[in-house]
Amino acid sequence: MGRSLKKGPYVDAKLLKRVERMAQTGDKQPIRTWARSSTIAPEFIGHTFEVHNGKIFHKVYVTEDMVGHKLGEFSPTRVFRGHSGGRSAASAASGPAGAK
Amino acid sequence: MPRIAGVDIPNEKWISISLTYIRGIGHATAKRLCEEAGLDPTTKAKELTDDQISSLAGLIDRTCVVEGHLQRQVAQNIARLRDIQCYRGLRHRRGLPVRGQRTRTNARTRKGKKKTVAGKKGVKENK
Repeated sequence: MGRSLKKGPYVDAKLLKRVERMAQTGDKQPIRTWARSSTIAPEFIGHTFEVHNGKIFHKVYVTEDMVGHKLGEFSPTRVFRGHSGGRSAASAASGPAGAK
Repeated sequence: MPRIAGVDIPNEKWISISLTYIRGIGHATAKRLCEEAGLDPTTKAKELTDDQISSLAGLIDRTCVVEGHLQRQVAQNIARLRDIQCYRGLRHRRGLPVRGQRTRTNARTRKGKKKTVAGKKGVKENK
């Protein structure tokens, strides 16, 4: 299940380069990306990413705790709006709508 | 009955078995502990001398995370996942399976007792 240690974590090369360039200029613009499978490297801390979920981009502000997770984990691809006719359907539908 | 790791009181069984009554110690760990303490895993718990008990307790203290401490650690790990808004955290919040299992059927451990939905396929009509 885990990735071979020999290879090291998979961090999208372009993304890392971009983050490093931004770190030099002190730029904190959100980075729009489709690289959901990229591991969050320690260098990413403090940057904001806009991670595509197939439809929209979710803003993800990277904190220390997120290092080692993948970017895609923070941009859910499914939205559960509740089941039809369920008592709590209405409240669930208005609840977790995190679209931005 | 000997007391090891705080509250646990194993009993009339082999120590390799009675140690597993401590939360966080399974059969493999119990066997390893016996080996490291230089004890025969088939000695009964009641036959242990005080010295042996204290050496086992010390060993567990140093090498294992058990009982309340373990529970706290697990809870913290889950709380971390919840806090960072990641997929696994969301699944924990919703009380759904976390590791990609199917939820169309089964998943009753996480979802709790069945809540029958009227009109759903497979639900027997009441006449």
